[in-house]
Amino acid sequence: MLAYTVKRLVSLCLSLLVASVVIFVVVEVAPGDPASFMLGINAQPDTVAALRTELGLDQSKIQRYFSWVGGMLTGDFGTSYTYRTPVSQMIADRLWVSLPLALYALTLSTLIAFPAGIFAAARRGGPGDLSVMGATQLGVAVPNFWFAMMLVLIFAINLRWFSAGGFPGWDSGFWAGMKALTLPAIALALPQAAILTRVMRSSLLDILGEDFMRTARAKGLSARQALWRHGLRNALIPVLTIIGLQFAFLLAGAIIIEQVFFLPGLGRLIFQAITQRDLIVVESVVMLLVFAVILVNFLVDLAYAAVDPRLRSRT
Amino acid sequence: MSLLDIKDLSLSIHGKPILKSISLSIEAGNIAALTGESGSGKSMTAFSTIGLLPKGTTVSGHINFDGTDLLAQSERALCDIRGRDISMVFQEPMTALNPVQTIGAQVMETILIHDAMPREEAEARSREVLTRVGLPPAQFPLSRYPHELSGGQRQRVVIAMAIALRPRLLIADEPTTALDVTTQAQILDLLKGLAREQNMALMMITHDLAVVSDMADTLHVMRNGEIVEHGPTTRVLAEMRHPYTRDLFEASRHQADLGTASTQDTLLSVRNVIRDYRLPRQSLFGTHPTFRAVNNVSFDIKRGERVGLVGESGCGKSTLTRAILGLEPTQGGQITLDGQAVWQDGHPDLTVRRKMQVVFQDPYGSFNPRHRVGRLISEPFHLLTDPPQGAEKEHAIVEALTAVGLSPEDAHRHIHAFSGGQRQRIAIARALIIRPDLIVFDEAVSALDVRVRAQILDLMADLSRLYGLTYLFISHDLSVVRSITDRVLVMRAGEIVEDRPTKDVFERPEHPYTQTLMDAAPKLPDPLVSGMAAS
Amino acid sequence: MSRNLIIGGLLSAVFVTAAVLSFVWTPDSVEAINIANRLKPPNPDSLLGTDHFGRDILSMLMVGARTSIAVALVAVGIGMGIGVPLGLAAAARNGALLDETIMRANDLIFAFPSLVIAILITAVFGPSATNAIIAIGIFNIPVFARITRGAALSLWTREFIMAAQVAGKTRARISVEHILPNVANLLIVQGTIQFSLGILAEAGLSYVGLGAQPPIPSWGRMLADAQTMVSLAPHVALIPGLTIIAMVLGLNLLGDGLRDALDPRLKVVRT
Repeated sequence: MLAYTVKRLVSLCLSLLVASVVIFVVVEVAPGDPASFMLGINAQPDTVAALRTELGLDQSKIQRYFSWVGGMLTGDFGTSYTYRTPVSQMIADRLWVSLPLALYALTLSTLIAFPAGIFAAARRGGPGDLSVMGATQLGVAVPNFWFAMMLVLIFAINLRWFSAGGFPGWDSGFWAGMKALTLPAIALALPQAAILTRVMRSSLLDILGEDFMRTARAKGLSARQALWRHGLRNALIPVLTIIGLQFAFLLAGAIIIEQVFFLPGLGRLIFQAITQRDLIVVESVVMLLVFAVILVNFLVDLAYAAVDPRLRSRT
Repeated sequence: MSLLDIKDLSLSIHGKPILKSISLSIEAGNIAALTGESGSGKSMTAFSTIGLLPKGTTVSGHINFDGTDLLAQSERALCDIRGRDISMVFQEPMTALNPVQTIGAQVMETILIHDAMPREEAEARSREVLTRVGLPPAQFPLSRYPHELSGGQRQRVVIAMAIALRPRLLIADEPTTALDVTTQAQILDLLKGLAREQNMALMMITHDLAVVSDMADTLHVMRNGEIVEHGPTTRVLAEMRHPYTRDLFEASRHQADLGTASTQDTLLSVRNVIRDYRLPRQSLFGTHPTFRAVNNVSFDIKRGERVGLVGESGCGKSTLTRAILGLEPTQGGQITLDGQAVWQDGHPDLTVRRKMQVVFQDPYGSFNPRHRVGRLISEPFHLLTDPPQGAEKEHAIVEALTAVGLSPEDAHRHIHAFSGGQRQRIAIARALIIRPDLIVFDEAVSALDVRVRAQILDLMADLSRLYGLTYLFISHDLSVVRSITDRVLVMRAGEIVEDRPTKDVFERPEHPYTQTLMDAAPKLPDPLVSGMAAS
Repeated sequence: MSRNLIIGGLLSAVFVTAAVLSFVWTPDSVEAINIANRLKPPNPDSLLGTDHFGRDILSMLMVGARTSIAVALVAVGIGMGIGVPLGLAAAARNGALLDETIMRANDLIFAFPSLVIAILITAVFGPSATNAIIAIGIFNIPVFARITRGAALSLWTREFIMAAQVAGKTRARISVEHILPNVANLLIVQGTIQFSLGILAEAGLSYVGLGAQPPIPSWGRMLADAQTMVSLAPHVALIPGLTIIAMVLGLNLLGDGLRDALDPRLKVVRT
């Protein structure tokens, strides 16, 4: 188990390293010089040069890369070109919107998908199964930002159960914050729940066809008992993979959804930074998102080992 | 009254009839064998009895177990009966256990699910039962996981689960087919012992007549969903009233006519071959351990000789085969064919490769399902520097097909149109088409039914006489090897422990391991006085 | 012929036809702005109504279909064209350095939140349909590489492959002659799934302004434009959304139908 964990950790660090290089390269290749952009076309050349030195843009790319990475390791994400405030502070505020939103959506998605998938698998071919399959077919085809708009139309504008957007801040209270995140979370969660339901169902159906399920029945377990005691844990393994992948998708989806609901999250931050050519902010936010995803996948890998004893003895 | 009384049981799956009104009865404490070839319906009879039939099955008739008609019971009632009064052991032990649960939990589950005893007692009984099947908790703690056990050990766990509550009937569906011959003997002994001790009836499904004659008190011969003959084993095997029973028996004892081998110079020379495998690292910074699959093996095969290679799984024969065929390099030693090395300068020598061909075990997996037969059997032409084209190629294909007993039109069909036996004929055609010097038969008849097997062995013998074939016949099945080879090599743990003419090895084995193998293999009785001589 | 295949096939055909038809005819012009006619609900003149600039929504959808289909199709092409050979190569030398490298790179790309990187690429290099294609295409590569490798690996253990090796064929040749035709079915089915995902991704990117730029119509941007008016004229948001759903649904049903027709035992990946 220890060797397995260590190997996964090494993999994690390697991924982070490669990711940082890739992100840095992509952003740096961007056309346009931030300094001249900020100062406008009529700026004097030496003012631009001075600004570039101040922002550290005159250093070589390699130097900038290392100071960026080094900074991140100590929690210093640099200083925004546009606002001259520490990026880490800008991120921290927004993070507390995007991250809870993604986790809220992930929870909703799982809470819907698990029972639905098990239900469908247990009643394979029957009307219950067919309805679930039909619903999921529809669910995976829905663009989440459009669904968000429809939710706003129905629940905010017509029914007035929720506000149409905005975030009051966690200071106004936990429940107030959660309420503001509810419609966005549902919009994000539903299409993902559709995918996860299908995965849960197909994973369970595969397991139901395995020999050891037959052995369980031969021992005297009913079909239901066999499914719960033997089927589920085995079916969980591929499902865990998908949950890990979904987190990545949810985090990214959150960025787009924030536009619909005017949420002050990382999405807003990134889009503004892109328009303002604030490369430091862009690099750091993307790096953070990638880190979150890689971390979640690492945790999923550990969860595998907890569920499947065969992984613990191998490295 | 019999313990189990099946009356007029008929079964069809999606409209296709599988069982046609069969009737059989098993007495308490009796070991009854159901035997027959694939498609005879013997497994379906077993599944009907325990009530685990696939979807789309229609059943009619009566299965009376101690007075209760199982077919008229609710699923709930059947769940009570399964595991407690009737248990079942299946064919494939490697996948029969839940990989994420300990063996202790799985054995205990049988007991706990029937509320038969409180937890501590259940645990004690589990230990008891695991010890009885040969897995004492001192060496095999209840916290073991299935992946830490071998096939034979897993089958023992399955048997432990099945007998934990002392059922009155145990159904065993080909329980040892997937196991080595020595393990098979142990499991069969275990089953026999348990049946006697616990006065438990045993319904034994097997295709192997030798196993039947060793173990069963009564025998039921099935064919195409019907029972063609049944009765006490000794009587049935002595009298063999039904022609099908006679066919089966003859096929099981079949000795193909090899003729005498006319051996000449040495064709294949294997000298001091060593083959190591790299295993995954155990710790993060240690080196890779190596496993020696073939350890200093040397032998020769002369032109015109027919040599057998026998060993159990894991002995290294597949690895050795791959090395001989030039599919993998060796870490030591030399393999030469006709004086030329098979592996030259880091890659196989094609001029040598074209002198060897192979026939594999799996008639269903050895062909690309998308190609037609003509293309499939002419694939080895790829090895020739000047392969025949056009009319010449057609001619070669036709010749190969007719030589193995098929017709020229078969070249245009797809492989799925053919049965297992026919596919092996096609495989042999593929092996013959470039007239190789050496053919390797890798478990080539192991997956075939016994009568089809006999036909293929005859075919091999005929071709061998006709074309003066030299071949290496690899198998785990001693009786088959005996009938089809001039010389036998016995392999164990990467080494050749015996290398002598077939007749000598079987009559007077020298190495103790060979003796163990032969003792373990179940034997058919010699045909008793009945006016029927074995051919 | 399963129901899925028929319904899915028909739906997909409708959209493809509409897109092709739009090259020669649309009910109304998509460039002319007609403020007097804006935000009309569906009526005999404009079957699906008009948007905030008075443009006929049906025509916009037809032309927008071109963009969606083109982007998603080429992105699948990129994914298959690069991913499949990579997967075959990795499986052919299972365990070797090439295999390890390809698999690590694959895992890495999978770990990246694709939409974020897509946003990054299109933002940094400029929003355009081409960059959207590249961004989406890049993330199709690991999907195809992974499933090709998985299917190929299980084929390599089959005896008919050994037979081909004994016949002297090289791994590369075996990959093309034997492995590829046997994974083709899986690739076709996965291709339709990735195609449908591409439609969704393109819609998302154009929604945030990073896909095809005006005046080229795109479904995503129609939704973005409609956002502020969703309470006034819901049809402007509802209809393009339903169109996207219908197209994606059609493709998914087609994929399922194809899988049932070609080989019900295929395992496809839906991430």
